[in-house]
Order: sequence, then C-alpha cells, then structure tokens
Amino acid sequence: MRAAAPLALGPLLFGLSFGVLAVEAGMSTVAATIFSATTFAGSAQFAAGSVLEDGGSAAAAVLAAAFLNARYAPMSIAVASLFQGSRARRLVESQLIVDESWALAGRGGRFERHVLVGAGLLLYVLWVSSTAVGTLVGDRLGDPADYGLDAAFAVLFLGLALPYLRSRRALEAAGLGAVLVLCLLPVAPPGLPIVAASAACLLGLRR
Amino acid sequence: MSAAWVVVIVVGVVTVACKAAGPVLLGSRPLGERTLRVVELLAPVMLVALVVTQTVGGDKAIVVDERIAGVAAGGIALWRGVPLVPAMVIAAVVTAGLRVLV
Repeated sequence: MRAAAPLALGPLLFGLSFGVLAVEAGMSTVAATIFSATTFAGSAQFAAGSVLEDGGSAAAAVLAAAFLNARYAPMSIAVASLFQGSRARRLVESQLIVDESWALAGRGGRFERHVLVGAGLLLYVLWVSSTAVGTLVGDRLGDPADYGLDAAFAVLFLGLALPYLRSRRALEAAGLGAVLVLCLLPVAPPGLPIVAASAACLLGLRR
Repeated sequence: MSAAWVVVIVVGVVTVACKAAGPVLLGSRPLGERTLRVVELLAPVMLVALVVTQTVGGDKAIVVDERIAGVAAGGIALWRGVPLVPAMVIAAVVTAGLRVLV
C-alpha cells in the first residue's frame, strides 16, 4: 500500500478526466463506471473513448482498445506463478494486473504478490470511483475543447507511449504507424486510421 | 444497444481474458518469440497513433489548429522531465488560451 501511495494522485486525475471523456463519447455514468470496473486499463479506455468521441464505430473502438490490451496476455503470463488457489480466485485477482501494479511488483527484480495485489486494489478503487465522479463533472462542463482537454489527452497518450519507445524497433514501428494514420485521416472513416496503424506491428516479425 | 454499451461489454470481456491468460488459462508457459515481438509493439504503435489523431484529427481531414501548439508544449515539458499530469495541464492551458486569443 505504501509503495502505491505516491501513485494515487495520477490515477485519481486520470479517472476524473476519463469520466469527462466518457460523457463526450456518449456513455452514461453507469456505463462509464462499469467500463472502469471491468476493463480497468486506462490507456485502452481512453483509446475507445477517443475513437467514439471522434464519431468512430463501435467496432473501431473495440479493436483499438483490444489491440492496446493485448499486452496484458504476456504480462499476466510473466506473473502467473504468483496466483494460487481456485480458478475463480485466480480469475478475480488477475484483474488487478495493470501497468502500474505490474511495474511496482517487479521493481525488486522478481515479482512480489502482495505488492501487485495491494497496489492493484488501491488503484482499482481510485480508478472506478474517480471515473464515476468524472462523468458528473463532464455533464456540467460544456465543451471540453474550451478547456483544451483534447490537447491534454494527446499529451496523455504521448506520456503513456514514452516508456515503450526505448527500443529502436518500437520507434520504427510507431513512426510507421503515425505515417499510416496521417495518410488515412483524410480518406478513412473516424477510428479506422488507428486500427490500421496496428499493421505497423508486423515489423516485429523481422529478425 | 448503443455503441457505447457494445464497447463497454466487448472490451471488458477481452481485457478480462487477457489479464487471466497467465494466471488462469496458460500458466507460465511463455508465448512464442515471434508472437511476443509483435504484441510488444502494439502498445507503442497504438498510443502514438492516438497522439496523431488526437492532435491533428478532424472529420475526414487533417486539421492544424491550436492543439498542435498545446501538444508541442506538453511534449517539450515531458521531454524536460515534467511529470505527466502537469504536462497535460500545460497542454490544456496553452490550447485553451490560444482558443480564447485567436
């Protein structure tokens, strides 16, 4: 718990801003809160919200979010041995795997279960409750563009991307993806350019 | 059912399955090396794609407006080591300020 405390402010503010975005994306307070409670993965939720807000289809929003969350499969495999007990219990506890709790739990060089579960629980409560509050704020806010929130969300995605951009391969793939988006933006329906950018990941097949 | 609910339910199910992949479905058996190399690239590629659409995306168009200045200011702040939340505030203030002025 103590290890996660300094991280609390971030999720609180991100949850609030996700709530605001969710309202813009056409979600009710109930839908947005259930989204945070079941998906519990900020970047994918912001991605889905961003696609819907731009007028993209549900399919485009789902694909963008699913591609983002695919990383949780290898991440959860890396910590699989920490989870014991019945299948139901492992299923519930595994939902506490999120970027921050996973990174914190592995800080010491090997994964620690109590850190993963403790940090995950704290982040979960903060994320779900601040999402609900954020939708109520969003209802009263008017146009988020008046507050520059559209640019703030772009910087949020940039900040989330930076830790992944340390390798040359990741930089090349992200650059190619960005070019694909720029080429498709003028011609493709909203949301599709983001989904199409995922093709850049096939660069990973190269030796 | 509205598009929003479809997204909430389908993304929820997919995410629960991905997070349970290790602890419930596969155990510690690692994914193949080629699969892993592709999956590793998904997060950076999708996030950077979102930066681009969120900055210059319009209705079937590339739109250059106040957002670029705000995102540039926030990006420089991140690059100089400013934490994410203050960098987002900088981007919002610059963009909203320019919208009032211009």
